[in-house]
Amino acid sequence: MSDTKKILNVSRRTVLKGSAATTGAAIIGGTFPMHFIKDAHAQTFRGDPGNSSSVKLGFNVPQSGPYADEGADELRAYQLAVKHLNGEGDGGMMNTIKPLNLKGNGILGKKVEFVTGDTQTKSDAARASAKRMIEKDNVAMITGGSSSGVAVAVQGLCQEMGVIFMAGLTHSNDTTGKDKKRYGFRHFFNAYMSGQAIAPVLLDEYGAERRAYHLTADYTWGWTQEESIKAATENIGWETVNTVRTPVGAGDFSQYITPVLNSGADVLILNHYGKDMVNSLTQAVQFGLRDKQVNGKNFEIVVPLYSRLMAQGAGDAAKGILGTTNWHWSLQDEGSQAFVKSFGQEYGFPPSQAAHTCYVQTLLYANACEMAGTFAPWEVIKQLEGFEFDGAGNGPTLYRAADHQCFKDVLVVRGKQNPQSNFDLLEVVKEVPRSQVEYPADMFGGELGPYKV
Amino acid sequence: MDAIFLQILNGLDKGGAYALIALGLTLVFGTLGVVNFAHGAIFMMGAFCAVTVEKILTLSVRVKDESVTFFDAYKETPYLEVWFGDTGAAIIDWSVPLSIILAIPVMLLIGIVMERSLIRYFYKRPHADQILVTFGLAIVLQELVKAFFGANPIPQGAPDVVAGSAAIGAVFGLGEAVVYPWWRLIYLAFSLVTIGLVFSFLHFTTYGMVVRAGMADRETVELLGINIERRFTIVFGMAAVVAGLAGVMYTPVLPPDYHLGMDFLVLSFVVVVVGGMGSLPGAVLAGFLLGILQSFSSMTEVKDIFPGIDQVIIYLVAVVILLTRPRGLMGRRGVMES
Repeated sequence: MSDTKKILNVSRRTVLKGSAATTGAAIIGGTFPMHFIKDAHAQTFRGDPGNSSSVKLGFNVPQSGPYADEGADELRAYQLAVKHLNGEGDGGMMNTIKPLNLKGNGILGKKVEFVTGDTQTKSDAARASAKRMIEKDNVAMITGGSSSGVAVAVQGLCQEMGVIFMAGLTHSNDTTGKDKKRYGFRHFFNAYMSGQAIAPVLLDEYGAERRAYHLTADYTWGWTQEESIKAATENIGWETVNTVRTPVGAGDFSQYITPVLNSGADVLILNHYGKDMVNSLTQAVQFGLRDKQVNGKNFEIVVPLYSRLMAQGAGDAAKGILGTTNWHWSLQDEGSQAFVKSFGQEYGFPPSQAAHTCYVQTLLYANACEMAGTFAPWEVIKQLEGFEFDGAGNGPTLYRAADHQCFKDVLVVRGKQNPQSNFDLLEVVKEVPRSQVEYPADMFGGELGPYKV
Repeated sequence: MDAIFLQILNGLDKGGAYALIALGLTLVFGTLGVVNFAHGAIFMMGAFCAVTVEKILTLSVRVKDESVTFFDAYKETPYLEVWFGDTGAAIIDWSVPLSIILAIPVMLLIGIVMERSLIRYFYKRPHADQILVTFGLAIVLQELVKAFFGANPIPQGAPDVVAGSAAIGAVFGLGEAVVYPWWRLIYLAFSLVTIGLVFSFLHFTTYGMVVRAGMADRETVELLGINIERRFTIVFGMAAVVAGLAGVMYTPVLPPDYHLGMDFLVLSFVVVVVGGMGSLPGAVLAGFLLGILQSFSSMTEVKDIFPGIDQVIIYLVAVVILLTRPRGLMGRRGVMES
């Protein structure tokens, strides 16, 4: 060994120095072939499609468990988005979102393909399926989901692994607050925005002299919604009588509802989502809360986060109940109409708000790649940060750079008393302008983390 | 005082549901020696009997809503209303109680088919095998229901006359403000009557006496020339009917979805274990006891002292009871100990 060294008289360090000098000289002298320099800024990264003619996206949605119907709708929206990106169908919102660099030839000329995973609405299952899609299927981006617990968990994983996560339906302030991540982006609105949007409507409809009782799902989303709605309603003069946490999936809520009867409260606020909301609302109505008179006023029930699928599950109990949603198919703007048309013609029924947010997220990611000219996530992130667009259904929208939260108009809705058809379950009471729901980026704390991981 | 009264009612109501499911579970265990994890799924299938009846009764004339352009939306009017007017509407209104007529034969059939085609092959297998196969069966059944009806809950209304609340406070001298939903009171009465009927059947009929004899000493009964296996099959069917009816009647309280059975299964097993494996009165007692404890532990006054107690109370009580009375409240020596 020592003999060889002596003969060649080179060390590892000398070789490194030599090659560095040669490379430097070659680049400066312009003698290096261009294909070595192209993509040189893009160090290797996960999900790099390389020379492949296609790029893969990972759709991680609840395909089993309580949110399977919502997950199925998300998947429909993703498939529609892929179709439009690849230049098939009528293009949907590709014709209305502005500015948009997409040409209908995939992303950066590569055909869009996808794989799906099942989150089961469980954090560990969602992380496992996201990890599989990243490691085994080499996806460039992960998106989807129907719960904040899942979104926060998957977002954390995506940050560790250096893959962009375009969140699906997640409403907790934490997602873009204390748990925000450089690699995570949320188009959906959040609990704080719901509070700011609904409070003035509550003041108009029910007055300032009200006493509210909260029932809250005992996990990240419930906590932040309770905090936001409580703050917003106290701001309009309402008093909070009590806040009670209920276990997720309690089924029978009677033991939590009966104390409301004699609490002196005249409004019940249900910080529940999905099956919990369907059950608690149905049971609260059965207990006669809506027929009650307390403090000389009609007793009212409010569901701050509403969805059409839930209104369907709650049936007659949802009629007349106020809440907020991210989007609704009955909106008449150009973007919403284009999306409802594509979706309706493809599947025969209107898209849910979850489908809408997932569709928009996919187009926004694809567009950011086009703008960056690469799939390298740190470059794509820079394009998404601070991106301003219109034509996606909620008016002019900003993807705020400081926390990756989208700011746009929020809808206040009410369960319709006399539906005209089987899908006509919610009526839009007010489109609350974006300016009314904005807040400082550092309000909920958290750190985005590094661009390169 | 009002609050305590209402929580007792809540507990009794919840306990009624637990007791009905646990009763069937322990009946099957006591007779056939099978730990039936598909029992929750049977409760769920009962609930979906109500959904099916409602779907049939509300088969509708669909008139297209022309104002919707991009997909087909319909205004639906049930045929029954078109044909029979108010009478038709009344029939639809009473769909949940009417479902009982369908649920009894259907659940009996499901129970017997389940026992004859699958469960009977596992009588002599270890309990672990029984749990695996019945749990698998439960998953198959719930996925079938999901494939037909979707994952979303499907609301079922109680008849209009009993959809509201009863001013029960006035009856007990507690004031007008104390109200309780009519349907929950009906459910409580229904569960008490059903439990009474099952006990009467087992104690006051010859058939029941033979079944009880078979539970105590199967070999001797067989030596007397009685086909005890056939009777046990019928008992399995009966347990399915009890769970199924509990499911039908529960639909106005909890809009059913495919996962309803699993939500109740674990709790019902705790009820059976706390009551004592194989003991029917134990199952009923434990059902009501745990229902009431769960209700009380959810009171703010209690939660202020023990935060989160409502989420663990059932398991805490189960641990304490099993430590002090390893066979459960009314368990007999020798059951599940051989």
